[in-house]
Amino acid sequence: MATKDLIPKDSRPGAGIDPATGEYRVLGLGQTFKSVTEKISGIVLTPSTPLGWFAIFGVGGALATVLLTAITWLFLAGVGIWGITQPVAWGFAIINFVWWIGIGHAGTLISAILLLFKQGWRNSINRFAEAMTIFAVVCAGMFPLLHVGRPWLGYWLFPYPNSMNVWPQFRSPLLWDVFAVSTYATISVVFWYIGMVPDFGTLRDRATSPLAKYAYGLISLGWRGSTRHWMRYETASLLLAGLATPLVLSVHTVISFDFAVAVLPGWHTTIFPPYFVAGAIYSGFAMVLTLAIPLRKVYHLENLVTERHIDNMGKVMLATGFIVAYGYGMEVFMAWYSASHWEAFMMWNRMFGPMGWSYWVLITCNLAIPLTTLWSRKLRTNISYMFFISIVVNIGMWFERFVIVVTSLYRDFLPSSWGTYRATRWDYAIYVGTLGLFTALFLLFVRFLPMIPMNEIRMMLPGAKITPKKAAEAAD
Amino acid sequence: MPAREGTYGLLAEFDTPSDLVRAAQRARQDGWRRMECYTPYPVEEAAEAIGFHRNKVPLITLIGGLMGLAAMFSMESWVSVLAYPLNIGGRPLYSWPAFIIPAYEWTILWAGLSAAFGMLALNGLPALYHPLFNAPNFRNGATTDKFFLCLEALDPKFDLMETVEYLMSMEPVSVVEVDY
Repeated sequence: MATKDLIPKDSRPGAGIDPATGEYRVLGLGQTFKSVTEKISGIVLTPSTPLGWFAIFGVGGALATVLLTAITWLFLAGVGIWGITQPVAWGFAIINFVWWIGIGHAGTLISAILLLFKQGWRNSINRFAEAMTIFAVVCAGMFPLLHVGRPWLGYWLFPYPNSMNVWPQFRSPLLWDVFAVSTYATISVVFWYIGMVPDFGTLRDRATSPLAKYAYGLISLGWRGSTRHWMRYETASLLLAGLATPLVLSVHTVISFDFAVAVLPGWHTTIFPPYFVAGAIYSGFAMVLTLAIPLRKVYHLENLVTERHIDNMGKVMLATGFIVAYGYGMEVFMAWYSASHWEAFMMWNRMFGPMGWSYWVLITCNLAIPLTTLWSRKLRTNISYMFFISIVVNIGMWFERFVIVVTSLYRDFLPSSWGTYRATRWDYAIYVGTLGLFTALFLLFVRFLPMIPMNEIRMMLPGAKITPKKAAEAAD
Repeated sequence: MPAREGTYGLLAEFDTPSDLVRAAQRARQDGWRRMECYTPYPVEEAAEAIGFHRNKVPLITLIGGLMGLAAMFSMESWVSVLAYPLNIGGRPLYSWPAFIIPAYEWTILWAGLSAAFGMLALNGLPALYHPLFNAPNFRNGATTDKFFLCLEALDPKFDLMETVEYLMSMEPVSVVEVDY
């Protein structure tokens, strides 16, 4: 067994391709229960941390400090330090909120929807995609709270008996957001944690340092791999996946209601829910790629996160990208077909007005570059190209939210109320700060928690196949 | 509860899931009921072999979800109609379509929490101590790459010497006695 564990990855071109199907393999050849466990738990249980980890964590941590500074100043001075004004009262805060939540959605899609569809390849990437979801929701959740102006009164959003005898307004999409996002955050954390419990058991049993044994022992809840436990666990996972699937679709739908329920041209449209959800998944898969590609390189996970995963994620991006493209097309069509003067002007202004450049950045980054090239399997399995595409789509999707929020608001019905929008340095500080916070949290996750679900990878190995007695004897 | 003493059971270690499933099937056919398999990943065939087919997690989830739905929908209706009626553009106070969305979210929230915590409760977790952790080889393999069958001392068929013989006949890697 020992020698089998050490088979290196064949580096010849085409070696990762399964001759039976002509596709790249989901897992590299020669993997055993032991090799997978050692590989994944070794990343966490080693006393030595790569220097690069400290370097990136330092940068992320420094940016997170910028966030802390910016938030402190915001609390002292108020939202006037941001660029928001009339008529653009929704600036970076809402753009970033929608962008971050959207990124989170791919994690849930991978962990829940692809589980229901029995897409085994998702097993390698679902854990860190879920982690990405949670950290993205952490970043997203901050923005509406900061944007309310007096975040220390944020609990007023919740219905609770109070001495003022005031209750929230349940007909408002902004209140629906409170329940959608808080449910989403809770269920994502529960799903993520429950998924890690058996792996914590593995880490507890393999840890050598007393602190690690103690810590993993505690959070593993005493998991011992009993079959009865496993069966209830599997049922609970499936149910959580079944619940998270409609949840993830509803969250971005509710967020799109924040816009669609308003009567503003450019917002008041019924295509928003599906278009927002598809855009969320599009940007989320881009972020998964942005994280997965460096991770597999740095931690030598090429046998577990193979070209197949990159290829499949490229296909999902292609599909959701086209739904998004349909959304853009339909917006333009409706601007003409509705025969509404204001809709038509809004569209013209969005494309050719003073901020028209942002629309063309969006079209270039979301449509022109990815949707023309992702058709090619050669490019989809070209790792550097996919990294490039992932960055491009992340930028494009940020601009999509910018376009929706700003270009709809700054020139509305009455020319006398027109204005413009310019973000201040504090807007940028908070945005960049959340990127730093996200990076720092993600690096802590990679260092201390199992980033690939060991128990789910074991299920996919050839050794997991149950052979009946007769066949087993014949094989001997 | 007084501290239990003596033998918890006998633990047989296997190298492959197929060996474990065959052993568990045979033990069940031979009348064993107090037994359990321990595997590093879910093995459905092992659950079949020890005769564990149904669990209550779905029922708990359903009840939790319905409770969440009822709780949120009735709270919204009560708040909007009785506690704090607001006339928004003349819309009816009981505007139920708008109430569906938070009620839907809470259905999912309560159902999800019920599924997760119900599963843990049915499993008796967290339980940081278990006699099996005393077995010298259990923690080496049960969460990595080994497959275990435990015949428990509470089974009426259990007899230390005879059961060791019985387990050895299944050609395991090892058989060890587990103490409380």
